[in-house]
Amino acid sequence: MSTIAAVSTPNAPGGIAVIRISGNEAIKVAEKIFKPVGNKIISEMKGYTCAYGYAIGSDGKKLDECILTVFKAPHSYTGEDVAEISCHGGLYVSKQILRTALENGADNAAAGEFTKRAFLNGKLDLTQAEAVMDIISAKGGRELRMAENLREGAAFKKAKAVSDKLLKILGDLAAWADYPEEDIPSVEPQNLASELDVVYSELNSLIERYDYGRILREGISTVIIGKPNVGKSTLFNCLSGCERSIVTEIAGTTRDVIEESVKLGEVTLRLLDTAGIHETNDIIEEIGVDIARRRLEEADLVIAVFDGSCPLTEDDFNLINNVKNKKVIAVVNKTDMKNCIDTDILKQNIKQIVHLSAKENNGIEQLQRAVESEFNLNEIDFDTVSAANERQKRCIESAQRCIRVAVEAVRNGEMLDAITVLIDEAEQFLLELTGEKTTEAVVNEVFSRFCVGK
Amino acid sequence: MSYKMGDFDVAVVGAGHAGVEAALAAARLGCKTVMFTISLDQIANMPCNPSIGGTAKGHLVREIDALGGEMGKAADKCFIQSRMLNRGKGPAVHSLRVQADRVKYHNYMKNVCEKQKNLYIKQAEIAEIIVENGKITGITTSLGAVYGVKAIIIATGTYLKGKIHIGEASYESGPDSALPSKYLSQSLIDNGVELRRFKTGTPCRVNKRSINFDIMERQDGDEDIVPFSFETSTEGLENISSCYVTYTNSKTHEVILANLDRSPLYSGRIEGVGPRYCPSIEDKIVRFSDKPRHQLFVEPMGLSTEEYYLQGMSSSLPEDVQLAFLRTIDGLEDVEIMRPAYAIEYDCCNPAQLLPTLEFKKISGLYGAGQFNGSSGYEEAAAQGIVAGINSALKIREKKPMILDRASSYIGTLVDDLVTKGCSDPYRMMTSRSEYRLILRQDNADQRLSPIGHDIGLISDERYNRLMRKESLVKDEIKRVSTQNIAPSDEINAFLEKNGTSPLTTGCKIADLIRRPQLSYNVISKFDVNRVKLPADVCEQVELQIKYEGYIEKQLVQIEQMRKLESKKMPENTDYRQIRGLRLEAVEKLNKIQPVSVGQASRISGVSPADISILIVWLQQRKGE
Repeated sequence: MSTIAAVSTPNAPGGIAVIRISGNEAIKVAEKIFKPVGNKIISEMKGYTCAYGYAIGSDGKKLDECILTVFKAPHSYTGEDVAEISCHGGLYVSKQILRTALENGADNAAAGEFTKRAFLNGKLDLTQAEAVMDIISAKGGRELRMAENLREGAAFKKAKAVSDKLLKILGDLAAWADYPEEDIPSVEPQNLASELDVVYSELNSLIERYDYGRILREGISTVIIGKPNVGKSTLFNCLSGCERSIVTEIAGTTRDVIEESVKLGEVTLRLLDTAGIHETNDIIEEIGVDIARRRLEEADLVIAVFDGSCPLTEDDFNLINNVKNKKVIAVVNKTDMKNCIDTDILKQNIKQIVHLSAKENNGIEQLQRAVESEFNLNEIDFDTVSAANERQKRCIESAQRCIRVAVEAVRNGEMLDAITVLIDEAEQFLLELTGEKTTEAVVNEVFSRFCVGK
Repeated sequence: MSYKMGDFDVAVVGAGHAGVEAALAAARLGCKTVMFTISLDQIANMPCNPSIGGTAKGHLVREIDALGGEMGKAADKCFIQSRMLNRGKGPAVHSLRVQADRVKYHNYMKNVCEKQKNLYIKQAEIAEIIVENGKITGITTSLGAVYGVKAIIIATGTYLKGKIHIGEASYESGPDSALPSKYLSQSLIDNGVELRRFKTGTPCRVNKRSINFDIMERQDGDEDIVPFSFETSTEGLENISSCYVTYTNSKTHEVILANLDRSPLYSGRIEGVGPRYCPSIEDKIVRFSDKPRHQLFVEPMGLSTEEYYLQGMSSSLPEDVQLAFLRTIDGLEDVEIMRPAYAIEYDCCNPAQLLPTLEFKKISGLYGAGQFNGSSGYEEAAAQGIVAGINSALKIREKKPMILDRASSYIGTLVDDLVTKGCSDPYRMMTSRSEYRLILRQDNADQRLSPIGHDIGLISDERYNRLMRKESLVKDEIKRVSTQNIAPSDEINAFLEKNGTSPLTTGCKIADLIRRPQLSYNVISKFDVNRVKLPADVCEQVELQIKYEGYIEKQLVQIEQMRKLESKKMPENTDYRQIRGLRLEAVEKLNKIQPVSVGQASRISGVSPADISILIVWLQQRKGE
């Protein structure tokens, strides 16, 4: 059986997270992604022993300080060799470590697979079998539904477009091989190589986009705007949770985009142009200038801050007009002072309105709920989204690997029958996203596109 | 009125390409076999194109031969032109195709069957199968003759309730004006077999003297002729005839489009489902309206006739329209039609009712083969015929069935596709249907299947030993070229540069040179000083196994994974509703198909990886109990 890996602690921020790797190659994978401090040699570690050290990313950089625990078959949960890496809790770090494990030879564990293996290796008694089946069934169903949902996503659609392109290439090759006597255009290696190059780079950009889904990895790109003195920087400080220096002063230019990431519950807000927080560089003044407009357009979310202690002004109305077609949350700040604002006008234009006091750190939970509701985050099961996402990404990466080998083979002048098999394999990975089978898809492609037959 | 006419082990209904292979295999395996045909003059008839082989079909013929079938030998004896298609596209898609003399082929096969020990040929129409307690016990002809039998193989081709359409006319008929089989369908339905209607078609035959070949492109056979059968010697094989190519034009298309309302396909009089890969000319013109011309091949039907076949021009338009559109084509201006093109509808079964042995799941001893199973093509039919024939005999002798998996052969792929996925239109074999095609080459069919044929008893010891000798020669030679070196020299480097590949700076293994795409086993022979002359088929295997080593290894890994799932057998008559956790869709599909293994289950559409996990856990649990 293959070696599998998964984050086996709940997918929520916590004190620690555990990445479990199980299978014949588990120790080998651990050796590649974990560097012990001192001269401990992982392959020589006994069962039930630990090592302190660092999880290392594929680029060789340290990801986190961790503890590695080694279990030797059959004395482990699954009955196989198991390596567990305990890292600091947090979605990002644990996902990074998992990804490194996957890049180093482990397969993504399917729903309930550790338990299934435990069962198959005789670690669970038979009465537990039905419970295992229920788990697989329920999780499988949820993942199926999740995959269904992901089909609506932009990344999936792009993957589908690439898969269609590959299918067309395979259709050309199949028709050309299966109908040598029909007047079907022959497949020229040079064209094939350049078509595959295009597919390769499209897959590349896809992988970048896929990285855990943007929301999980990069957070929500957010612009905080408001007229001077409404409390933007106080809100920012409040979000980032401490009195750290909010931005480094970039000399001479307020147009450089500065990024700061802050955590708001489950999600990360990526605050764009924190320079705009400075009272002196009022972003409202820049609206109308191209660069500012683009920044607004690119943002996933706009937090528009209003001063609850004053009536709305001309500047506020301009602001509302500029943002009302975006995902926007109106923050009415300064609830610690007397309320003088007429929120009816706000309500007519902006769905989400949050009253808070940044100064007294009061009402931030409401802002968090507003963000979650704006992005439907409370409806998503983070666990399955990231699992389904990760699986899709693995499929695309595998497909890309096959294409790379295929391109090399074409350039080497190898026979097209062999190359077709490589492209087939790539397409197989992409079709896994939709649950189709390659041979059937290619045959359908040939019949729908080519006029062949006796 | 009925009367007893004796007892047999196996009855084969139909003597086409499936029936003949089935009957020969069963008889050769020692079963007393009776083969029924509506007309003795139709045995192994080719009612459509007079050719054997072609892409993927050529692979099937070689595999049939490797198992001990007859088709390859018959084709070698009766061909009048032979070509290896796809030379230059890689060995996996090399495909042998011959033009055969239709009458000679029929005579050859009829005579082989007549001489075959244990095989009895009867001209009769079968009316009923007799099933008792879910088991085949006998068979009845339309005259009332009753035969006691233990197994029946249905290989009725397009005869079952056959109906021919030509334009507005239609009439009950088998192919080539043979009588149709009128009663058997009802008996099958009464016994719970699910039938449906497919259709196919054939172009017209025209007289040679009315064709102007001078303005057509001529197509000749290969100079080096490769036979189909691994038993046929290459000595004395020769091409006798040529084929010709011409094209339709805008006038042809005008005539066809103007008369579409007279086509039974477009007016809805044909209800059967036609093959996608074999569209009629009117279909091609409607569906691919942007194509200015369509190619047609003009092929001889044999040496004793002036009939020519027009490949690519299958049609169900009225006879007068056929003549009108043909006469717009270059070289066919004065053409005389001898047999008009027609479409034929027929009853066939849904192959999802079959086991991978081609036996019906619900009726013990009843098998299906050929077009009756929803396939199309002589080679596909013959392949199923030999599978059904072998399995009926093995069952009677209480031996383990022969199930060929997808990695073993195109035959296995064909059968697996049919019984696992069913088919929605007549199924044709294509190389793109096999995920293991670098392994399933036509050149190594003997290595893949003859050991199985030998085990079963259809391949002689002599032939098997010859194969073993060949394999050991191949193995030794691969070992030799993988260990011996070639040193750099001015001579070899000049040779390498001339062939567009980099010169040697240090010594290298001979195999590394063979592996280079620009070189081959043969071209480097003069630098390979220790080489001993080996038979051509040995050299071919050495070269291919070296050149494709990486790919072959890759496919072997895939095959190993597939076989793991294939070896997890599902118990017969499993009630999938009882298995906790399966999704409803999966339960329905699994109950219908009753897969023999987890592997087969995984190829059923609508069965998800999670469902497969549950099946594995369930199997494990049963084992523990």
